[in-house]
Amino acid sequence: WRVGIAVIAKENYPLYIRSVASQSELKFHYTVHTSLDVVEEKISAVGKSLGDQRELYLGLLYPTEDYKVYGYVTNSKVKFVIVVDSSNTSLRDNEIRSMFRKLHNSFTDVMCNPFHNPGDPIQSKAFDGIVSGMMVQTG
Amino acid sequence: MFCVFLLGAGDQELFRSLYTTLAQQLPREPMEWRRTYGRAPKMIHLEANFVQFKEELLPKEGNKALLTFPFLHIYWTDCCDTEAYKGSVKEDMLRWQNSLRTHASPDWVIIVVESNDNKKKNKTNILPRSSIVDKIRGDFCNKQNDRCVVLSDPLKDTSRSQESWNSLLLKLRTLLLMSFTKNLGRFEDDMRTLREKRTQPGWSFCEYFMVQEELAFVFEMLQQFEDALVQYDELDALFTQYVLNFGAGDTANWLGSFCAPVRNWSGLLLRRPIDMEKRDGIQRGEASLLDLRSYLFSRQCTLLIFLQRPWEVTLRALELLHNCVQELRLLEVSVLEGALDCWVFLSCLEVLHRIEGCCDQAQLAANCSHTVGLWAYATDKLKSLGELCGLVSEKGPTSEDLNRTVDLLAGLGDERPETVHSLQSPYKKLKEALSSVEAFERHYLDLSHAAMEMYRAIGRLRSARLVGKSLAEFYMRKGDAERAENFLQEALKSYVSEGWSLPVTHTRRQIAECQKLLGRTEDYLQTSALLAGDVNLSTEERKHFCQEVLTYAGKPGDQSHKVTLSMSVFTELTRLQFHPAKASVHSGAVLQVELTLRCLMPVSVHLQQLAASIHFEVNHGDTLRRSKGHQRQTNQGTVEFSLGSSATGGMPASALVPSLELDEVQDRSPTDNSLNSTAVVCRNTHLLMRLHDSSSSSSSPPDTPNCINAAPVAMKEGAQMLKVQDVTLEPGNNSIILTAPSERPGTYILRQLCVTVGHVQFVLPHIYPSVQYDVYSQEPQLTVEPLSEPLLAGLPQMVKFTLLTGHYAVKKGDALQLSNTETMPVFPSTEKKAKTHRNTLVGESLLSIQASEKVTSISLPPTPPYHTLEFQLQVLCIIPSGSQRLPNERLTNGEVRHRPRSYSHPDTPMAAIDQRMSIDCPWSIYSTLLALTFYIPFKTKHSLLSAGNRKYIQVWLRNVSDVNFTLADVKLSEKQQASLELQSLNTKTQQLLCSRHSVFCLWEVRWKDDLPLCLQCVFSANFSPLNQDVSAFKPFHYQFQLERVPTLYSVKAEIFPPAGEQHCRSGLLCGLEVCITRLTEPAEAELAEDSKTDSDGLKTTKLMYEVADSSSNWAVCGRSSGTVSMPMAANATHKVQIEVMPLFAGHLPFPKIKVLKYLPHTPSTTIQPDPDSCLENDSLSLLDKTLEDQGDTASIRSRGSIHSVGSNEHQQQRSSTMPRLEPFSPGQVFNHSQSQQVLVLPAADDHIIEVNAT
Repeated sequence: WRVGIAVIAKENYPLYIRSVASQSELKFHYTVHTSLDVVEEKISAVGKSLGDQRELYLGLLYPTEDYKVYGYVTNSKVKFVIVVDSSNTSLRDNEIRSMFRKLHNSFTDVMCNPFHNPGDPIQSKAFDGIVSGMMVQTG
Repeated sequence: MFCVFLLGAGDQELFRSLYTTLAQQLPREPMEWRRTYGRAPKMIHLEANFVQFKEELLPKEGNKALLTFPFLHIYWTDCCDTEAYKGSVKEDMLRWQNSLRTHASPDWVIIVVESNDNKKKNKTNILPRSSIVDKIRGDFCNKQNDRCVVLSDPLKDTSRSQESWNSLLLKLRTLLLMSFTKNLGRFEDDMRTLREKRTQPGWSFCEYFMVQEELAFVFEMLQQFEDALVQYDELDALFTQYVLNFGAGDTANWLGSFCAPVRNWSGLLLRRPIDMEKRDGIQRGEASLLDLRSYLFSRQCTLLIFLQRPWEVTLRALELLHNCVQELRLLEVSVLEGALDCWVFLSCLEVLHRIEGCCDQAQLAANCSHTVGLWAYATDKLKSLGELCGLVSEKGPTSEDLNRTVDLLAGLGDERPETVHSLQSPYKKLKEALSSVEAFERHYLDLSHAAMEMYRAIGRLRSARLVGKSLAEFYMRKGDAERAENFLQEALKSYVSEGWSLPVTHTRRQIAECQKLLGRTEDYLQTSALLAGDVNLSTEERKHFCQEVLTYAGKPGDQSHKVTLSMSVFTELTRLQFHPAKASVHSGAVLQVELTLRCLMPVSVHLQQLAASIHFEVNHGDTLRRSKGHQRQTNQGTVEFSLGSSATGGMPASALVPSLELDEVQDRSPTDNSLNSTAVVCRNTHLLMRLHDSSSSSSSPPDTPNCINAAPVAMKEGAQMLKVQDVTLEPGNNSIILTAPSERPGTYILRQLCVTVGHVQFVLPHIYPSVQYDVYSQEPQLTVEPLSEPLLAGLPQMVKFTLLTGHYAVKKGDALQLSNTETMPVFPSTEKKAKTHRNTLVGESLLSIQASEKVTSISLPPTPPYHTLEFQLQVLCIIPSGSQRLPNERLTNGEVRHRPRSYSHPDTPMAAIDQRMSIDCPWSIYSTLLALTFYIPFKTKHSLLSAGNRKYIQVWLRNVSDVNFTLADVKLSEKQQASLELQSLNTKTQQLLCSRHSVFCLWEVRWKDDLPLCLQCVFSANFSPLNQDVSAFKPFHYQFQLERVPTLYSVKAEIFPPAGEQHCRSGLLCGLEVCITRLTEPAEAELAEDSKTDSDGLKTTKLMYEVADSSSNWAVCGRSSGTVSMPMAANATHKVQIEVMPLFAGHLPFPKIKVLKYLPHTPSTTIQPDPDSCLENDSLSLLDKTLEDQGDTASIRSRGSIHSVGSNEHQQQRSSTMPRLEPFSPGQVFNHSQSQQVLVLPAADDHIIEVNAT
């Protein structure tokens, strides 16, 4: 895949998970799931040092031969994970940050929907649109 | 420490003697190094390397070497002789200066060494010491006096010598640093310039690399490792950028050499400080990309270790390895398949070795998180190498695989001399691993376990499981399904618990493979069923797994052994509906349960049987628990079941913990409904306890086939069940209707659900939320109620009989036996139909009613149990007409007849009568007693009116009901006296009697001989509701008795004005004459009763009169009351004169005159006098009161009640003991002057008129 985006609930089950290529979807799922290890590690490390003044962006979680995994965690412990192909060199830290910010904004909109039950998988079209936009832009 | 070249010139002998001291002393004091470009100043120690001056050592033009650069030139001389100076030294100095100038080396210093010894030696041509120095300064140091330094007595240990040493050293350091800074700056500038030219053709990265590395070396030598590292990092970044640009289409010529096919993949080499081999390659421009990267990294690694940042090494190493793989891909460098894997593998291990070499075990263990990535990467790479070289398959490598292995090993080259003697070198490991299947397995397992353990140690469990999964795949390839399954199960557990459906599906499919290989039928079927219902799989795959289950299920063979699986894998119970919805039926009734099952299979499945087992409870305390159950359970008889995790896809199993469901249970005594005990019961303990158990046992190896489901519970055999045979479940929602057993009354709780498909059973061990239905048994019930409220007595009224048959079936010939009562005859209704209901009308049948003298028999139509039978009857409640005593009667059933008595009802002005019915029912040996309340629509009163001897009877009839009536044939009759005539004074034969209105009727009593003392009257009238025809008239009777009817005395009063006046005047006494006349001969009863024989033989009776004026019009003067003796003969008269005075003027009514019977004291009987009834003659007020009281009782008595007659008798008894007053009945005394008035004039001389104005 070129880019994959996942939103993971506080309890670590996926709320939204989408990647461009379908054949490597399974690997994408495994990758995102495994990345939760590092997310948790980072959250607990940050929690110790800084207290409440917390940076939501967790940065590069870990690189692999083929892709880079970036993490972001909201104050309600919902995690965003963006996985980018390693060969995609156009995406720097700043771009990733802004992607996360956009994602977070859209996610907040979803949560504000009174008909959305927090904890349910995200089925919002608007959110889907934002994600699609990012994928087209970056992929 | 710092190493700078200093070139010495001049007196070599002298220099050598001072060299040791100088070399030692120079680095002793630190100097502050101020740097260009705003870099922070640093304190450094300068250490110098002294070299004898040679012309050819001077740097040529364009020299790039910084390491060998002569920073400071020193000329040594101890010349103190002017001649000598002029002769040779000056010349030498000049030559030296010139050669420096030609090579543009402006940093020099001349050191003049002075010693007393020298001075003494050349005493003769001695010049003042200063003059030689001055000369030199004058000749060479053109305004730069500091370029000439004097060192005094350097070899002597005097303070002077020390001082001069210090100043020399300071001078040297300063100059040296100045020169160094200047030259370094120049070098850096040159380097930058060179870098700026990188876009020009012909620019070579390798060349530039060497230049910048020179700088790095210098920093390294200065021990400025940080600065040195920066140089390499800059080179790294520059190169990376070039590669990226290349990827973007911007090619650089020099990059060509890096794009050469990779021929050597021997991995990183980190054991040498500088890998000169590779460096030479770079210098020659022959290095490959991997060479360059390896060299760069080895240098960075060295510096980082100097900086004591080993963990950065591991981090950078991982980044480097990933990056290299990417770059080779980007540059499209041709690489032998597997070669990179080798390179990465070797490099990982090399880095790890290097790190292990510089850290102790504790440090390593504490920093697993930094090394584990490399371990995992190495594991990964080894695995793919193993796969490539055929070392993972069960059969072993093919010849093709072997060829490939040989090629790969060739690319490794020879082992480096550094590691030749090491037993565990990465090189040896790789070679060994690729040499045989067994060795590969050993190495691979070692690595995998190491990586897994490290991941576990740092809490990255998911990563550990992923490695475990990879290991499982390896075991599967090797055919070791058992070990594979363990790892897969562990991974699956985590995916399931965190709700990652795609990994769950994938892992489960692998598990299915394992289980099939292992022949674990039950587990395999369970997994297959799960997969068959897994929407993440393609339909073909799902069908395949479904078929696996069905094939097994359909296998012919022993039917007794059944495989029991959890139902949740097969189908989901989504909804349960009761028909009827209230889920409560009488015993034997039909109750259907509709199950909505969502079948998860991709194809339709035929079920042999679907059964739901039931737990039966007899209701002991009854009602309360049942009602509780209802409240909770049924919302219109429907129970919705929350869907499992697989359906929603989102929530993991762990998030769906059922909440505690509590109920209050009260146990009440069946007799008096008092509370025996109360308790709180958890309704879903089975669920909560089960969850708890499974979580606590999770530390033990998982023995359940799929962690999500507990071991399915086998169905209890023999229990009561809801069953349906041969059903086909289609994919998706299915509706299945089961008929529930309902024979015994009680509560039925649905516990389990079981689906049988051939050999396979799918069991839902607990139906939650719990579902139950109730079966009850009901006694037949007969009720009667008015068709319209209120029931009016005296008129035919419709009443409705309702029979709830309950469990009793009404057979043909069954009849209700109504005991007839006279007070309420039953008429066969006009509509003789009985309706049978059961929610809706079921049937109508004719009702046959047979009335005999004693009973009315109503034959009921045959009715099934739990139906409602309704019919109507017309009944009439006869209005009791007064006081008549009927002989005790007995009903047919032997009960004493209950005589209905009217009573006043608080809600209505009508008097109510409770009418009871006694009905014998076929289902019971006891009679059913039913009560109806009727209301009498009328109120009656009567009164006796007199006019002298003439008598009138007035009856007042009031309609107190809400109905308007027509009243007809109003009659009054006397029962006993035939001679008596009652002449009606009523004009109308029919009249309207509206609701809440009254009618007065009047009769004159006429008699021939004697008027009887007592009259028994019956008032009768016919009435019917308004606008009904004549036939509807019903009689109304009112009986009453009048006593002491004849008039005994007439009282006549006259008022006479005072003498001489024509009229009475207020304030003046008038005379009141009361004339009491006996009108009739005494009756016999009267004679016997209360008479006294006078002395003259005449019978007399004593009367008491009393003048009382209640309205204060009159003042009675003198006695107002007194007794008179009246002879008991007709026309006997007694006159009484009383003086009264009018108090006002006007037409004043006469004062009231009362006549009472006086019963004197009879001393013959001795009974204690009752003080209450003592007559006090002189107290008028008391008399007044008694009189009024008596009047009241008289009116009661006149109604003729039996009670008052009784009390009369009693009074008579008492009268014999005490003197008493007894009033006459209203008809017995006729007052002529009642309501007569007399004119009273105002007092004659009174002209004052009182006017009261308020």
